[in-house]
Amino acid sequence: MIELSHINKTFRVARRNAGLSAAFRALLHKEYTQVQALQDVSFKIADGEMVGYIGPNGAGKSSTIKVMSGILTPDSGTCLINGRTPWKERKAHVREIGVVFGQRSQLWWDVPVIDSFELLRDIYGVEDAAYRQNLEEMTELLNLSELLRTPARQLSLGQRMRCELAASLLHAPKILFLDEPTIGLDAVSKVAVRDFIRRINAERGTTVLLTTHDMQDIEALAGRILLIGHGRILLDGALSELQKRHSRVKRIAVEYASGRFMPYPGLTLQSDEAGHAIFTADTSLLSVSEAIAHLAREAEILDLSVSGATAEELVLSLYEEFHI
Amino acid sequence: MKKYWSFFRMRFLGGLQYRAAAWAGIATQFAWGFMSLLMYRAFYDADPAAFPMEFPQLATYIWLQQSFLALFNMWRYDDNVFESITTGGVAYELARPIPLYAMWFTSGIASRAASAALRCVPVLAVAFFLPEPFRMHLPSNVGVFLIFAASLIAGTCLTVALQMLVYVSTFYTLSSMGVRIVMMVLSDFLMGQLIPLPFFPESLRRFAELTPFAGMQNLPLQIYCGTVSGSAMTQALALQMFWLGTLVACGALWMRRSLRRVIVQGG
Repeated sequence: MIELSHINKTFRVARRNAGLSAAFRALLHKEYTQVQALQDVSFKIADGEMVGYIGPNGAGKSSTIKVMSGILTPDSGTCLINGRTPWKERKAHVREIGVVFGQRSQLWWDVPVIDSFELLRDIYGVEDAAYRQNLEEMTELLNLSELLRTPARQLSLGQRMRCELAASLLHAPKILFLDEPTIGLDAVSKVAVRDFIRRINAERGTTVLLTTHDMQDIEALAGRILLIGHGRILLDGALSELQKRHSRVKRIAVEYASGRFMPYPGLTLQSDEAGHAIFTADTSLLSVSEAIAHLAREAEILDLSVSGATAEELVLSLYEEFHI
Repeated sequence: MKKYWSFFRMRFLGGLQYRAAAWAGIATQFAWGFMSLLMYRAFYDADPAAFPMEFPQLATYIWLQQSFLALFNMWRYDDNVFESITTGGVAYELARPIPLYAMWFTSGIASRAASAALRCVPVLAVAFFLPEPFRMHLPSNVGVFLIFAASLIAGTCLTVALQMLVYVSTFYTLSSMGVRIVMMVLSDFLMGQLIPLPFFPESLRRFAELTPFAGMQNLPLQIYCGTVSGSAMTQALALQMFWLGTLVACGALWMRRSLRRVIVQGG
């Protein structure tokens, strides 16, 4: 059970103008501005839930994860994870969580991966039998057998990320925080990582909170999403409901030979290049057939397709809606 | 305890793989050792009575110094630690059920031990078979050797404890260059790296012996050579332990304070 209420965190950031004189002035008097990284952040996550945490860069996603993993101490507010306050009982708390920071590595880079795993086993004090069983399972699920004897520095990013995931689960944590676990991965590795996360959640009942910019991650993994912008939680709901709410928006792709499109209420031109135009149609203002009829009047249409909004567009429209 | 041992072992084994650096180090150590000895030889030829150590004692001191340089030199830092702080990798280390101080301390001891283990054997082996008066001598008895070994370990811990303060200061400054240079100059001088402490003028020597630096290289080597013994040795050992305790306590406290306001930069 994860419970955050009214968490605030401010960072002090030094600022100065460009140029030499400004740099000298900054030697004598440094100007700081307060950046509100987290403002009144509250949410609850039940055991075994899988939640997607989304928001643009700098919105406060990583800060939240760091607060929840006991790395950052917030200015105010309470955070209880399985009954503990992370930054107060750090050692007891981190025993029960696993963390993956997609942009950093937890493997010791100059030794084979298996050495890092064994060191983690000793650091967490995992029983030998449990460790072996765990390792076997991970090796099978993530296809690690080839990688374990390779030094971490020689792994590709996709291989390394598979090892990072395994490393963060060796002590069988109840909660797993994933901070951009698919960043920079190719399509195949992404799918492998997603499948793995889904299985861990389903089979072990591990609570998963993941941040990502990849909407396919969200579609594939998260039933529930939390949207954060400018340090505030803006939205907390089921992905399917959001999609329903936004399903009144249809996307119409048109390939045309000649003609020009006049503005029409409810129909927005998204792009128009070399005979390919993309519209979004708001079905509360006009029906799909009305839209098609209008487009057919304006230009000579070669091809046309209608689709619902993708998660990507959903998030874009959310960012727009909340001005973030 | 097992986790510290495993961590020590990994860092130690990791350190052992830098063999080319070790060979280069050994060559440097011999060159330095001979140069210093020849220089002192010239002084001793002029007036042997003017010096506080006998020449064979001095030769032993210098060879020990060259063998165990890696345990005490203050220009050697664990780059992993600085990198971890400036790039924010420290986030992972904070997400482990192990105190950060203990982890870095262990790491520092292990990499020094590995480096010294690689270098000391060839240097000592050759130094014992050099012609008189340049050769290295055994300590006067086994007891002295055991006390020497214990204070060598304590001195290494003391060195790392002092460096831990530099690491923690990096939380505030992000670049530790300034602090490192000051530390390096002070320690080179005060722990008897440039010239052994007995060669200092009386008042300066008494001051230097009170600083934590005296417990680093100076004390174990002087115990081995027999220039410190009896109640003076007991006092010096007590002071060494005092400084070790004080520096570890200060470092651990300071680290705890600074972690409360830590900011992990970038993403």
